[in-house]
Amino acid sequence: MTRRARLLVLAVGGAGLTALLIAACLDLPDFGRAAHPYGTRAVSAALARHTANTVAAVNFDQRAFDTLGEMTILFASVLGTVVLLRQSRDEERAAPESARVAAPVRRYALLLLPVAVVTGLYIVAHGQLSPGGGFQGGVVAATAIHLLYLGADYRSLERVRPVGVFELGDALATCSYLVLGLASVLAGTAFLANALLPYGTFNTLASGGSVPLLNAFIGMEVACAVVVLLALFLDQAVEIEEEGNRNG
Amino acid sequence: MTFFPYLVAAYIFLVGCYGLATSRNLIHAVGCLSVCQAATYVLLLTVGYRDGGTAPVFSDIRPGSRPVVDPVVQALTLTDVVVGATVTALLLALVIQVVKRHGTADPDELRELRG
Repeated sequence: MTRRARLLVLAVGGAGLTALLIAACLDLPDFGRAAHPYGTRAVSAALARHTANTVAAVNFDQRAFDTLGEMTILFASVLGTVVLLRQSRDEERAAPESARVAAPVRRYALLLLPVAVVTGLYIVAHGQLSPGGGFQGGVVAATAIHLLYLGADYRSLERVRPVGVFELGDALATCSYLVLGLASVLAGTAFLANALLPYGTFNTLASGGSVPLLNAFIGMEVACAVVVLLALFLDQAVEIEEEGNRNG
Repeated sequence: MTFFPYLVAAYIFLVGCYGLATSRNLIHAVGCLSVCQAATYVLLLTVGYRDGGTAPVFSDIRPGSRPVVDPVVQALTLTDVVVGATVTALLLALVIQVVKRHGTADPDELRELRG
């Protein structure tokens, strides 16, 4: 198909889709309306289980089984990236040379590194209380380590980030989530039901039953996954070279 | 115009689709897919919005004292963001392999499959 014909087909399809979408938008419930039956029920369920952050309660209590599916997608896409970006036979590794980093960049990156790591861990730990949680905190903690790449060089980043350990951590976190779900089955309730642990005092770190635990597992999985992904892409950019490129 | 935010979501989705269909570069195509996905965030958050609503977090407000926005769609959006980011990483890894094997990132030049 020529480019012109393709654009024509796209225009016809796009016009049809636009008409359907506008018709659908006109029929949707009013923006900002007061009635939210699911939201109201989710809030009262979260409060009944002493979880201050309703979003965390939805993710790790009411929809814990769906979150298991989402973490499986995450795990599978990391696994797929590991397989796709492995070193192939016609490539070889070249040790990167260390480059000079401007003094202010080095100073602020190294100053910010511990702060950023602690912030990430804080966001994970307080997932059931304040906005945030395992998904967000994991990303913050994982990217914080990479300040070392900005502030120092690739070698020092590699020393604090053995990829194998993080791959193992990713798998362990996924397994722990499953094991906690199975533990609730063995205790006589439904899979991943939040009935195993005491709900604790509202608005304290130990509240919410199994919510903080599941949240921590997700935090660990996301942090490990992001570290592994970034490591693989950095390897491609910094270390792996094709034979042709090196010689020529 | 109580439906205007929904139209914004539809518009973002259509723009992403147009970019996907006319893309001359696979990395650009992956970016367009992310734009399409951003439309679902706008749609979900629009569905859950409540006038005068605040975040559905009760660590600093008394339960019942203020209206809160729908936490269910917020939870859906949040998982969508993280999963979307890793799937984008997978697609970019695929693009790297395509460029290595075929020497081009233009989808029009990838005519036949090679072993």
